Amino acid sequence: MLRYVLSRLLTFLPTFFGVTLIAFSFIRLLPGDPIVVMAGERGISDERYQQLREQFGFDQPLMKQYLDYLWGVLHGDLGQSFVTKKPVWDEFFALFPATLELSICAMIFAVALGLPAGVIAAVNRGKFFDRALMSTALVGYSMPIFWWALLLIIVVSGMMGLTPVSGRISLLYYFDNATGFMLIDSLMSGQKGAFGSAVHHLILPTIVLGTIPLAVIARQTRSAMLEVLSEDYIRTARAKGLSPYRVNGVHALRNALIPVITVIGLSVGTLLAGAILTETIFSWPGIGKWMVDSIFRRDYPVVQGGLLLIAVMVMIVNLTVDVLYGLINPKIRKR
Amino acid sequence: MALTPVSTPTLRNRPGRLHEFWYYFRENRGAVIGLWVFAAFVIVALFAPLIAPHDPTQQYREHLLQPPFWADGGSLTYPLGTDALGRDMLSRLLHGARYSFYVGIVVVAFAASGGIIIGLLAGFAPKWLDTVIMRLMDIILAFPSLLLALVLVAILGPSLTNAMIAIAIVLQPHYVRLTRASVMAERSKDYVTAAKVTGAKLPRLMFVTVLPNCLSPIIVQAALSFSTAILDAAALGFLGMGAQPPTPEWGTMLAEAREFILRAWWVVTFPGLAILLTVLAINLMGDGLRDAFDPKLRRS
Repeated sequence: MLRYVLSRLLTFLPTFFGVTLIAFSFIRLLPGDPIVVMAGERGISDERYQQLREQFGFDQPLMKQYLDYLWGVLHGDLGQSFVTKKPVWDEFFALFPATLELSICAMIFAVALGLPAGVIAAVNRGKFFDRALMSTALVGYSMPIFWWALLLIIVVSGMMGLTPVSGRISLLYYFDNATGFMLIDSLMSGQKGAFGSAVHHLILPTIVLGTIPLAVIARQTRSAMLEVLSEDYIRTARAKGLSPYRVNGVHALRNALIPVITVIGLSVGTLLAGAILTETIFSWPGIGKWMVDSIFRRDYPVVQGGLLLIAVMVMIVNLTVDVLYGLINPKIRKR
Repeated sequence: MALTPVSTPTLRNRPGRLHEFWYYFRENRGAVIGLWVFAAFVIVALFAPLIAPHDPTQQYREHLLQPPFWADGGSLTYPLGTDALGRDMLSRLLHGARYSFYVGIVVVAFAASGGIIIGLLAGFAPKWLDTVIMRLMDIILAFPSLLLALVLVAILGPSLTNAMIAIAIVLQPHYVRLTRASVMAERSKDYVTAAKVTGAKLPRLMFVTVLPNCLSPIIVQAALSFSTAILDAAALGFLGMGAQPPTPEWGTMLAEAREFILRAWWVVTFPGLAILLTVLAINLMGDGLRDAFDPKLRRS
């Protein structure tokens, strides 16, 4: 087992350096001189140009620039935002809880509906329920979520007036962001209605972000369940006279969960990509919106740093899933 | 004694592969419906200028934000209404199909051909080269696809062409992995050894002997990434990083329509519906393809 973990870690390292190399190349790949591009249409004086060149180290040889960059990255220094002048690292981790909160809620939503839907479909294979659920799942899977978000805004916020359209909480409430998680902070603030407002703001973004993972989980659960249901031990369990609930819910589902858990773990990348669209539409102050805004503002250190941090995070999650999967399933370790 | 000619069964004697494939594909009703919708989409894409009642960029200034014909104030001149600049929605949607079709074809062609060649290389290459290639693909896959595409477009400059390049780059590692995995499985089989013994050179071994036997998962992947390409291009257009206005690309149309969502539902509803239907049809087809190719799943 230790050898397996070590071998996974060994493949992690080159990928990590590759990712830093891509993030490093980003500013240098921009067409034209990056400093001139950053200065924008106003132009820049020669003096300031030289000063910036030195500040960014563009006057150094490329190899040294990369090593300096790598050294900085390993010490948590990702440079400063052009716009806010704050360190990219600090900005990222100030906004990250908002994205994490939204992602966790979306995942809970997806699992809570997707698992039962998949199980019900598999148990009723070929019947009406199966067809209806799987058709719905395929629609969800094909959904352009930015359009889905707009539709929900039109119907739920516009016509029914049930939920707010943007932000994380009503402006009426103000309290310290102790944890950065609005649900927890609003509860701790003790202000009446604050928690309710936070929940209200979360509903639509959660549905939008959770839709594709929901469809994927439902489809995956169904096919995993179908595979397990044809096993001999299920027939034995039925023959023993166990209730269908126990056979399907306990014997089958537990074994069907392994591939499902992998899918859940691996959808972190999908969630972050979805967060870019969801956060932009709902003005959700998380890292997805932050990245899009920075791209439009040409705030290149932010784009560079954010790209790196997001990639590293996805890599760490994938590595964890891989290792956990190896723990559960010894067959994988042998490869 | 004269040898009597033995009749060897020729390829024509057994049911053709295509025939067999169609037999299984037809069993999946969803897939057949998907195929019909996709065919309609292709026809619309090819003949949009002939079908569309108006020029997609022509602005009818006296008919701004006119609703569809069945709603109050609508008329059959503009069957699905007009947008905020008085352009006919139906004509724009029909022309939009061209862009989506174009995006799908070009992206899949580039991603698949690049991915297949790199995957074949990785499958046949010495261990070290294989490792290098696969680590490179891991690096690309470490980035969420839409984010990487966004950043690539930021580097290249926002346009539909650059969006297509970015999406092709992001989708290509999937083909590499798939091809390599199939090659690995096929390479040790007897027919490949036989070809080697008869003196087939490496290129022949790669492209003529092994590749045709790896194609079915790749074809399924091609269908599925056709829909991913359409979705991603629309998402980039929606974020202002894909096709630029006044191009009637569906995602770009949605971006332009955002301000009017509470006033004019039709400018938001139809472009998204067009994306959804197209992607859904292609995914239905993809599911059908997968089931038809994979005998293990045929009965499920």
